[in-house]
Amino acid sequence: MTGEGRAQEIVERGLAAAGGLPCAVIVEDRYTVNVRWALTGLTTNGATRGRTVTAIVAAPVPGGLAVATLSRGGVGVEDVAELVGQVRVVAAGGSAAEDAAELMDGGVSPDWDEPAVETGPSALAPVTDGLAQVLARSRAQGREAFGFALHEVSTTWLGTSAGTRRRHVQPRATAELNGKSHERSRSAWEGQARQDPADLDLPAMDAEVAARLGWQGRRFEITPGRYDTVLPPTAVADLMIYLYWSADARSAAEGRSVFSRPGGGTRVGDRLSPMPLRLASDPGTPGLSAAPHVLTAASSPFASVFDNGLATTPQDWIAEGVLRALPNSRHTARLSGLPFTPTVDNLTLSAPDGAGVPGALVEQLDRGLLLTCLWYIREVDPTTLLLTGLTRDGVYLVDGGEVVGAVSNFRFNESPVDLLDRTRAVSASEITYSREWGEYFTRTAMPGLLVDGFNMSTASEAS
Amino acid sequence: MGCRTQGWVVSDVADEAGPGVDETFRALPLSGLADAALERARAAGAEHADLRVQRMLETGLSLRDARLASSDDRDDLGLAVRVLVDGVWGFAAAGSLTPEAAVRAADEAVQLARLCAPLAAERVELAEEPVHRDAVWVSDYRIDPFTVPRGEQVGLLIDWSARLLEAPGIDHVDARVGLLKEQKYYADLAGTVTLQQRVMISPDLTAVALTGEGAETMRTLAPATARGWELMLSEGHDWEGELAELPEHLAARVRAVSVEPGVYDLVIDPTNLFLTVHESIGHATELDRALGYEAAYAGTSFATPDRLGELRYGSELLTVTGDRTTPHGGATIGYDDEGVATGSWDIVRDGVLVGYQVDRAMARRQGLARSNGCAYADSAGHVPVQRMANVSVRPDPAGPDTAELIAGVQHGIYVVGDKSWSIDMQRYNFQFTGQRFYRITDGRLGVQLKDVAYQASTPEFWASLTRLGGPGTYYLGGAANCGKAQPGQTAWVSHGAPSTLFERIRVLNTRAEAGR
Repeated sequence: MTGEGRAQEIVERGLAAAGGLPCAVIVEDRYTVNVRWALTGLTTNGATRGRTVTAIVAAPVPGGLAVATLSRGGVGVEDVAELVGQVRVVAAGGSAAEDAAELMDGGVSPDWDEPAVETGPSALAPVTDGLAQVLARSRAQGREAFGFALHEVSTTWLGTSAGTRRRHVQPRATAELNGKSHERSRSAWEGQARQDPADLDLPAMDAEVAARLGWQGRRFEITPGRYDTVLPPTAVADLMIYLYWSADARSAAEGRSVFSRPGGGTRVGDRLSPMPLRLASDPGTPGLSAAPHVLTAASSPFASVFDNGLATTPQDWIAEGVLRALPNSRHTARLSGLPFTPTVDNLTLSAPDGAGVPGALVEQLDRGLLLTCLWYIREVDPTTLLLTGLTRDGVYLVDGGEVVGAVSNFRFNESPVDLLDRTRAVSASEITYSREWGEYFTRTAMPGLLVDGFNMSTASEAS
Repeated sequence: MGCRTQGWVVSDVADEAGPGVDETFRALPLSGLADAALERARAAGAEHADLRVQRMLETGLSLRDARLASSDDRDDLGLAVRVLVDGVWGFAAAGSLTPEAAVRAADEAVQLARLCAPLAAERVELAEEPVHRDAVWVSDYRIDPFTVPRGEQVGLLIDWSARLLEAPGIDHVDARVGLLKEQKYYADLAGTVTLQQRVMISPDLTAVALTGEGAETMRTLAPATARGWELMLSEGHDWEGELAELPEHLAARVRAVSVEPGVYDLVIDPTNLFLTVHESIGHATELDRALGYEAAYAGTSFATPDRLGELRYGSELLTVTGDRTTPHGGATIGYDDEGVATGSWDIVRDGVLVGYQVDRAMARRQGLARSNGCAYADSAGHVPVQRMANVSVRPDPAGPDTAELIAGVQHGIYVVGDKSWSIDMQRYNFQFTGQRFYRITDGRLGVQLKDVAYQASTPEFWASLTRLGGPGTYYLGGAANCGKAQPGQTAWVSHGAPSTLFERIRVLNTRAEAGR
């Protein structure tokens, strides 16, 4: 297998090989380049180029339509008919798919005929230039530097037997910098998510890391408990991403999630926050642009392969503090009795009166904590969306509206839904990179939040 | 026969391979790709180069309430070239299996190594490894799951789901099975050539009861394991027994009493303890973590090399092995992704830290003569990184059964099955929940408890181990989702343990933690 040939031709040949059955073909060309560093020196790197072709075919079986999907690397023009043929065989021998529906015509992208956008090792030159400065400064200042930078460009072409021909280019560039000092007893972290690697500013990240390490020079001992806390945008992003991943309409309608209404139905319409918070997704958000159509190789509670090509539109999940919608497919929308509101691959939290930089929220805090980020976040109870996890890379004690020093890390047990209800103040939103989930959900814009009574369950000895 | 080409041995694998590795993989132009990539890398000045061709065949089936919700098949195939140029790594991968793509990947890997050379702080060197020529290894399975018709696969899950849905008190049933076939060809400049194939399976069913106040769930305990479809036919797991008991387990969960938070003695069943072993011992004894190479992401470890041979990891009863040869282990393989023949070794002996999991670079850095074979890449697109062996707790050869362990507890909880897990970045503070928790009073098992989580610091936890179960209680659990490295990689791994008694462990009430 060579993977050769124009993507558009692979789509057309694949659809032709379906023999009149409902079919979708997705071609993805993905280019990545990355560098990783630790102990103040580069460790690993990588450059990848690859093509994946996904064939989705539905076939009539007793009880309805069965569907099969197969994603395969290295498929070229000469191979795609065989791929579709294999999928036809699996579909014909399968069981009826519960989400079977008519494929709809999602229209034709104006740039359908354009080739893939590529990247390669030279694209990382601005990053390695900045990294050289960071490493030199770290050595000079007796710090250790650790981190990772990635640039990736994915071009997808989606064609369906209903007429859809949609092309989408999804770039991303991310960098994380972790600084440690004094035998690793102090640790600070910064992350950036952009679309062009030239916009990653490692020296600026390093300056912030150095400042934060300085804050940790004075240490305080405090006991676990509930503390009024400033959550920076990266921590808010990790919590809101988990909320989004836990918000599928079907689970809510079936009584299985935090968005289930006791006695039946969903909590759509319920007030989740006294603040006029807005949690939204919009494929056209500047700096966070995402596919403006459904693009999925497999069905899930959040998407159906039969929805491929349907437009994804701006969607408020929470508006004015009230739950407005839950992500779904056409199938799960019907099951849950809600309008079809497809998932979008970005997420923004904001408040109309959110203003100022996140750090300014500290001034509104008489005594409490300022976090850097969260880590190892896992669900404890889906019905409350209780999550557990750790603080990481610096927890700061705030007294009289000022940071006065550092305290230990803590294990937290908290629900992001409950936190929305206990939010007291909100900063302006900014594009952010979430510490834990950023590699898997990159496009977020979040504010800092000042919340009441964040539950620090126990102290962690980790530094 | 192998043939000498440009100074390294490249075998004609299609002729040499024994039965077991699929013909579709053996028929790929493997030796030609190796010739092209390795010759190019050596000509460009690489002191080490390896070519890996890797195919990952994966299937995911998901049912809700006995109806097929999702079927997803993936066939990821590509080549990867890794080079060491003047002690600096370079890595490149391609999805196209042509000599031209192999050469281009070698060129890009060398280009990256040279681009990054000014940023490297140390020269990477690899521990020596004997050359393994034309080695073939296939995991132990009887029925290749990728040969089982889709209708038969789904039909079995529909039957099991429907059976559970008929039981009183069960409102929903989720059923899933994940299948993996991993095929790897590896060749390096030293002359090692390996060809390997592994098959994995990860099934589970979850029954859901709606209570009016929310939902309670109960999941099966069948492990993720290196077996074939025969696992679904009850070879290696008692499905009939488990499916028959699941409704009553769930009903008891619905009736369960909310736990009083406090300090309890815990008898932890290996169906739960395997995951605690994974998080608190497995990851903590990866040398790359302990040295700081994962500090920015996966984290470091309290078990640092300066404490090797001295650190009291736990009770004197605790002996832990690392093993990449465990039968049906998720991390079991013949040769790792650096051409190292795998084996087993002690990590903790009589409660003291005595060993680490290493790859060739970490072994050399630590002054070890050889790697213990822990390099792994989860796809052709990813560079091999140091990953976890099957790390297991040895049972007491003369130890009791689980009932006897429980009989010795006055005020405690018996914990069964894994669920939620989390641990800090130095592997100290952890919190785990489970599938079932039973009150123990005066040595007798009582009703199920709910809202339970146990929380501890790793050294204190393992120091509180006061009694190990015997070989009859030993069980090999497994995970298919172990994450590490950047870009992120996923690995399968297994952990064995006996039923074990821990004294005075902190137990939380998760509803109270949520402020309810």
